[in-house]
Amino acid sequence: MNFWSWGRFFAVVRKELIQLKRDRLTFAMMVGVPIMQLTLFGFAINNDPKHLPTAVVDADRTEMSRSLVAAVQNSGYFHVTWTGESLAQADRRVERGEVQFLVHVPAGFTRALVRGEHPALLIEADASDPAAGSNALAAVDALVRSALRDDLTGPLASLATAPTSFETRVHRRYNPEGISAYNIVPGLMGVILTMTMIMMTALAVTRETERGTMENLLATPARPLEVMLGKILPYVAIGNVQVGVILLAAALLFGVPMVGSLLLLLLLTQAFILANLAVGITISTTARNQMQAMQMTLFFFLPSILLSGFMFPFRGMPTWAQWIGEALPLTHFLRVVRGILLKGNGLADVWPHLWPLLLFITVVLGLGLSRFRRTLD
Amino acid sequence: MPEADIAIEVEGLAKSFGGRSAVKGLSLHVQRGEIFGFLGPNGSGKTTSIRMLCGLLTPDSGRGRCLGHDLLTESRTIRREVGYMTQRFGWYEDLSVRENLDFVARMYEVRDRAAKVDRTIADLGLEARQHQLVGGLSGGWKQRLALAACLMHDPKLLLLDEPTAGVDPRARREFWDQIKRLAAGGVTVLVSTHYMDEAERCTRLGYIAYGEMLAQGTATELLQRFGVERLEDVFIEVMKDLKDLR
Ligand SMILES: Nc1ncnc2c1ncn2[C@@H]1O[C@H](COP(=O)(O)OP(=O)(O)O)[C@@H](O)[C@H]1O
Ligand SMILES: [Mg+2]
Repeated sequence: MNFWSWGRFFAVVRKELIQLKRDRLTFAMMVGVPIMQLTLFGFAINNDPKHLPTAVVDADRTEMSRSLVAAVQNSGYFHVTWTGESLAQADRRVERGEVQFLVHVPAGFTRALVRGEHPALLIEADASDPAAGSNALAAVDALVRSALRDDLTGPLASLATAPTSFETRVHRRYNPEGISAYNIVPGLMGVILTMTMIMMTALAVTRETERGTMENLLATPARPLEVMLGKILPYVAIGNVQVGVILLAAALLFGVPMVGSLLLLLLLTQAFILANLAVGITISTTARNQMQAMQMTLFFFLPSILLSGFMFPFRGMPTWAQWIGEALPLTHFLRVVRGILLKGNGLADVWPHLWPLLLFITVVLGLGLSRFRRTLD
Repeated sequence: MPEADIAIEVEGLAKSFGGRSAVKGLSLHVQRGEIFGFLGPNGSGKTTSIRMLCGLLTPDSGRGRCLGHDLLTESRTIRREVGYMTQRFGWYEDLSVRENLDFVARMYEVRDRAAKVDRTIADLGLEARQHQLVGGLSGGWKQRLALAACLMHDPKLLLLDEPTAGVDPRARREFWDQIKRLAAGGVTVLVSTHYMDEAERCTRLGYIAYGEMLAQGTATELLQRFGVERLEDVFIEVMKDLKDLR
């Protein structure tokens, strides 16, 4: 029987909208926060991550090519996680983000080198997060040269030092110029949604407790789910407006390319918004007043921004930090956004980052709902 | 006494917060149409008792019925039929009087909502203030709004928790006239108060202190039983008895 009343649900939505309309500060914050953060984070923070996952396709299969690969590995920048024959398979791994680099020694490299034909060593780099790979790329040319110096002895020694004996040809994918804004702006979308969505919902619910209106609300026949969903629906709408603003700024002001499907991105953004609203609701069931709700929001927001790969390249972080990062919705959302916007990923490509998000929603929303009391006990 | 004539019937309700007991073994019988006055000093457990009666707090022990519905298992049905006015004003200050009442009507899924809101506003003389934001109203107007809100769904039982605290004498008189009218119309009222002149207007009284119901009866009965002239003195006598017991 009536476990759900649309009438009561919309009554809550309506009330929440009227209150929102009259709350100038909240309104200012919703516009101000995206603008402030767009300005603040427009400047990237560089870092020097090591052990970046790398795929190697050695089609040359000579002693020299093997020592080349070994040199790449020994530099500390690259960590060879996959070796194989198939360029297509290696390519897939770059696309999915499993590896950041693909080193390709083409067939006949050694022969061409010895003949003085200036062969090219190919490196494909996932540059959608430019800060993560730039130092590694800068090191690679010198690295390869010093490796060959040991192999090219005797009559071939002259080749080792000649700058034109071969070239390393680096191909930055997804973000050929290595522009930080391409990474920062899509990332900001996640950061802004995290901050505002969690805070707004947490405050909206604790406000009722703090002002004594919760007691009256609980005395009505309303069910927790009606109240909870009714309260968050307006914020879902606001979140989407923010997404629109940021995407527009990304395209018009920062010229961020949008390769993938915008529709898919918007769809998956709903999951991310929901994940944050769930956190907000859960916070509001614990916080006794709005001040506490604010503090708890920050407590969640800081690790989100620091450990999600937004501030520092994910692979540059220590393992324990990566584990925490994996548990945060922002981490997965950043991968989804970069994947779709910059790489043109489809649903199948982003699925590895989508299911952790869905799992997070289920667990946290369940927690929030079970803690949302229908009495004052 | 046929069951249908009893509005509240509870036995041994108890509640404690973190080991400190707030209400101890409350037993209460209130007939339909009665105005039952709940008297007691601050912290004696009045609010806690009222919250248990309308299902906002779960009693640690005890049982009972409100309007014939079980307190423990049918609290949702009870909420539909009971109007509860909180001690602390708890309606939305950033909404107008009318918007608040409209919200309440929607929450109770009242039929003919607009007409019902109009009528309630007229009944309580809130017309002139209906479009004003609640935050700017004086205590007396807020109290009228709070009463209007708990009348919106035509409850059969009103639980009023210190409804006239901090309200001027004229507003208090008008408030009580309203209560009398409602009771005459068959609504049962349980009201907690500090004021003895209000106690005199109740059909029956209960004195509560330290979470215990110490005496119950009509004003005349109580005055006779304790051999005193004024209702305040009943309280003093009751407290004496309590000290003797300890
Ligand atoms: N939610 C609560 N948590 C802890 N203690 C409470 C709570 N509500 C009431 N109390 C305590 O229970 C006692 C009775 O309070 P209350 O029912 O509000 O009394 P009254 O309404 O008669 O002033 C007081 O000592 C009060 O501090
Ligand atoms: Mg009280």
